[in-house]
Amino acid sequence: MLSRPIIEARAIHKSFGPLKVLDGVDLVVAERELVFIIGPSGSGKSTLLRCLNRLEEPTSGHIVVDGIDVLAHRTDINALRRRIGMVFQSFNLYPHMTALGNVALALRRVVGLRRRDAEERARSALARVGLADKADAYPAQLSGGQQQRVAIARAVALEPRVMLFDEPTSALDPELVGSVLRVMRQLREGGMTMVVVSHEMEFARAAADRVLFMDGGRVIEQGPPDCLFGAPKSDRLRAFLRSLERH
Amino acid sequence: MELFVSSFLNVEVVWAARALLLQGFANTMLLIAIAVPLGLAGGLLLALLSLTPVRIARLLLAVWVDLFRALPPLVLLVFVYGGLPFAGLELGPLGSVAVAFLLNSSAYYAEILRAGIDSVPRGQWEAARSSGLSALDTLGWVVLPQAVRNVLPDLVSNTLEVVKLTSIASVVAMPELLYQARQAQSVTYNASPLVAAALIYLLLLWPLVRLLSRLEHRLPSRM
Ligand SMILES: Nc1ncnc2c1ncn2[C@@H]1O[C@H](COP(=O)(O)OP(=O)(O)OP(=O)(O)O)[C@@H](O)[C@H]1O
Ligand SMILES: [Mg+2]
Repeated sequence: MLSRPIIEARAIHKSFGPLKVLDGVDLVVAERELVFIIGPSGSGKSTLLRCLNRLEEPTSGHIVVDGIDVLAHRTDINALRRRIGMVFQSFNLYPHMTALGNVALALRRVVGLRRRDAEERARSALARVGLADKADAYPAQLSGGQQQRVAIARAVALEPRVMLFDEPTSALDPELVGSVLRVMRQLREGGMTMVVVSHEMEFARAAADRVLFMDGGRVIEQGPPDCLFGAPKSDRLRAFLRSLERH
Repeated sequence: MELFVSSFLNVEVVWAARALLLQGFANTMLLIAIAVPLGLAGGLLLALLSLTPVRIARLLLAVWVDLFRALPPLVLLVFVYGGLPFAGLELGPLGSVAVAFLLNSSAYYAEILRAGIDSVPRGQWEAARSSGLSALDTLGWVVLPQAVRNVLPDLVSNTLEVVKLTSIASVVAMPELLYQARQAQSVTYNASPLVAAALIYLLLLWPLVRLLSRLEHRLPSRM
């Protein structure tokens, strides 16, 4: 079942000044795999994701994505980032552009499509997330769930090899979470490789191949969702799962 | 009353001085067309340079900007016009005005644009860069449009000041509107050309002032 890895991150260390945020993390993700990352606040989940596309420069370590050395200086980082979609907790749509403009920008400036081709592809990406009728709406005119789906369309339109999600639903009102998870599930069914930082446990159970539990900048435990949630080995994971139930 | 009209609102005198005033108006427009773009371009350059992660460079830029905001523009202009020739640098009236305005206005525009760029959330950079956009494209397509919109009232207000300030070019014998009006006044022994010049300034600046107050009302508080 496991094919060749799309992401191969080894011994990632990252410090902000004296603060050690990642302390030797390994993350290997196979093609079509959906890996879930959970862990308490400040455990380094976002930092790990951001190292994978070099939004954050690891202090040391080795990262290969789709066969390309992410950290090598000769690597064309912009060409590589196009292959790594990223979705943020706070959507980060460009407020001065319509939904269509948001999706089309990188298609024009990074892929180099002409305006008409870029817009055509942007429209079909918006249609895939169920927002064909919102192409001309500005972000401020969209609900949080719709904004996040535009953000997903913006990343997916570039046809990335892997998608990174950093708490894609935690800024949403509960009734809007479902629409975003539905789109993520669709992506998953389409064979997209995904790394998801999230605390949507039901989604993890239903869709994840593997769950990683991070604490203190390390991967403490990992395995299929049933094992991890059903029979946590470490005290820290048990304590963390209990703390989630309380909410 | 008649004396007032004949010495301040004398249409015949103004008509007789029309050539001088017209030339002054043309030169003032020329100054505006030089000073505003130079100031904006210089300010943008300074604002972009101050994005550098190199701390010492940021510090030097901040000192530069402070210096030229603290220096009275008239002092700066007189120095560039009258002082630099002692260093063998003779710029002439127009050149001196251009250099002085570049140094002065760009410092103000830089501060405004830097504040505008700072007002754009970091997530905007991150979203753009993570989609593969270059730093330059991110600036041009994502950050600057939002930055400019967030500080548009300040930009217009500063432009208003720059336009007003072009009248200091008269002290280096640059024949702009105020200078020409004073020439006409001394030739005709009548203050009406000065009044005419003031009216022309008003007509020129009124639309900007209106625009400014509309902007300030349209954008009472931004994110
Ligand atoms: N740019 C930065 N400069 C300094 N410290 C940072 C920076 N980014 C993150 N940190 C610190 O690194 C630690 C890990 O942050 P990170 O955002 O990776 O955690 P997280 O697991 O994603 O937490 P959360 O669940 O709250 O999002 C935190 O203590 C955070 O304060
Ligand atoms: Mg985080």
